[in-house]
Amino acid sequence: MMKERFLITNRVSFIEFDYSDTKEVPYYDGGIPAGFPSPADDFKELTISFDKEVFGTSPSTIFCARVTGSSMEGAGISNNDIIAVDRSLEPKNGDIAVCLIYDDFTLKRLHVNKDCVWLMPENEKYKPIQITDNESFQIWGIVTHTLKYHRKH
Amino acid sequence: MYALIDCNNFYASCERVFRPKLRNKPIVVLSNNDGCVVARSQESKALGVKMGVPIFQINDLVKEHGIVVCSSNYTLYGDLSNRVMTLIKQFSPDVEIYSIDEAFLKFNGFKYFDFDKIGPEMHKVVIKGIGIPISVGFAPTKALAKVANKIAKKFPERTNNYYIIDTDEKRIKALKWTAIEDVWGIGRQHTTRLKSIGVHNAYQFTQLNDSYVRKYFTVVGLRLKKDLEGEPTIDFEDIKPKQNIATTRSFDVMMENKDDLRERVSTFATLAGEKLRKQNSNCELITVFIYTNRFRQDLPQYHGSKTVKLPFPTSSTFELNKYAQIALDSIFEPGYKYKKAGVILMGISQDETMQLSMFEYENPKHKILMNVMDKMNLKLGDKIKFGSQDLKRKWKMRQDSLSPCFTTNLNDIIKVNAISNDYL
Repeated sequence: MMKERFLITNRVSFIEFDYSDTKEVPYYDGGIPAGFPSPADDFKELTISFDKEVFGTSPSTIFCARVTGSSMEGAGISNNDIIAVDRSLEPKNGDIAVCLIYDDFTLKRLHVNKDCVWLMPENEKYKPIQITDNESFQIWGIVTHTLKYHRKH
Repeated sequence: MYALIDCNNFYASCERVFRPKLRNKPIVVLSNNDGCVVARSQESKALGVKMGVPIFQINDLVKEHGIVVCSSNYTLYGDLSNRVMTLIKQFSPDVEIYSIDEAFLKFNGFKYFDFDKIGPEMHKVVIKGIGIPISVGFAPTKALAKVANKIAKKFPERTNNYYIIDTDEKRIKALKWTAIEDVWGIGRQHTTRLKSIGVHNAYQFTQLNDSYVRKYFTVVGLRLKKDLEGEPTIDFEDIKPKQNIATTRSFDVMMENKDDLRERVSTFATLAGEKLRKQNSNCELITVFIYTNRFRQDLPQYHGSKTVKLPFPTSSTFELNKYAQIALDSIFEPGYKYKKAGVILMGISQDETMQLSMFEYENPKHKILMNVMDKMNLKLGDKIKFGSQDLKRKWKMRQDSLSPCFTTNLNDIIKVNAISNDYL
């Protein structure tokens, strides 16, 4: 998945994405075969690389983050999920963004009006936030993917 | 045309990317073992923190101004450096990575390029995509690109973080502005000599005659002069493998016991061997040195150093370690308190040029074993050690204020709040 190499000058390690040994998930164009040989076996060479899917667009500007709290449940992002955040994307209305408010990272859906920005939660227990003071607000990056783990027992 | 891209206060900037609260705060980054200041944010420079000062000497300043002290986190800096370098490759196919925070770019056929567009674009792409501020200098030669970069860095508002030297008038003005000690490749000794003959800035250096420069500053000095005159003389160097590899450290406590030193030397030999194999080389000479603490003149002083010639070029840690221990045996003197040791590998040759003696050769299994060991250590994080190394890790580098590895370890990634915000 990831390969480290060291500069020869000092112990600096680099992470680079190495597509040659990614754990690829067999992908069947015609659903999941069960039990008996399937005609789909002939199409096994179609494989998915999650690395490529998540980081392939722009590996230099995508960072991972872990979510705390449940205000984005409605968007399918729960407590403890890992999100991929691309800093290079231009924010668009409706994007889910990692924002900095007074230097704290917070996760919200962007709702851009003519004259102001609203940060919308996806959970009715929480209130929208209106951004009036641009000084203390910055869009840090745009969420592209979520990685969830469902076996928590 | 060349561009020199340089990350501003790189280590301090890296610490800020994932800790926005550190914005505008003075930061210092310490050397291995938390000894001396190796990097400073702009705010720390303004407070008068000097490069290389031992941290204990500025404790009061740190307390008084709330300076944020960070251990060096090379894992983080290396990853962010790699990201920056990858991003800037979109601007030119010809990139020479010069150091962890600097790269030269070459633009062939420069009349097709609008550097007034490219400069701000580079800055924007890197600051937005990664969060690291950069300065860019454009010029027809590498040495002038260095000068242009310095101007961009010194006057960020006025230059918008980039500066172009594209006329002779600008070149001369820039050279007059550049103090001789700030010229790329002019060291302290050269500075002293040049000042003694009345050369105080880069422009005056270019006014010296060629034969004089060649005589006192060798052909390297002459190439530099030509480069500063605007004639491209210093081109991209082929990245050469290092000709010597050193692993040296001070200990956090003084050591008297030979077995303790044995372990340190063994670890250093192991690390040096790793570096050697990384660049596909072998070495023929290994030097081991041990020092007492020269800042404790109240204690008896001793330093020993021994170079051993290996029977054949090798990169096997088994061999390196064996001869490192032989060297240590020959220099160890009991009754001293040792503070520093190191292992230096020299006589380095590329692996394919190996000259074996007739009857002496390395056990061929070593190479395979080393290869497996390097791969496993990379995956598991240095779990495989030699018996002579400290297996329980009694000894650890001091890194009291290490920031998380935000980009290379899933346990360390930033936390983002999806909870109620009571800011407003």
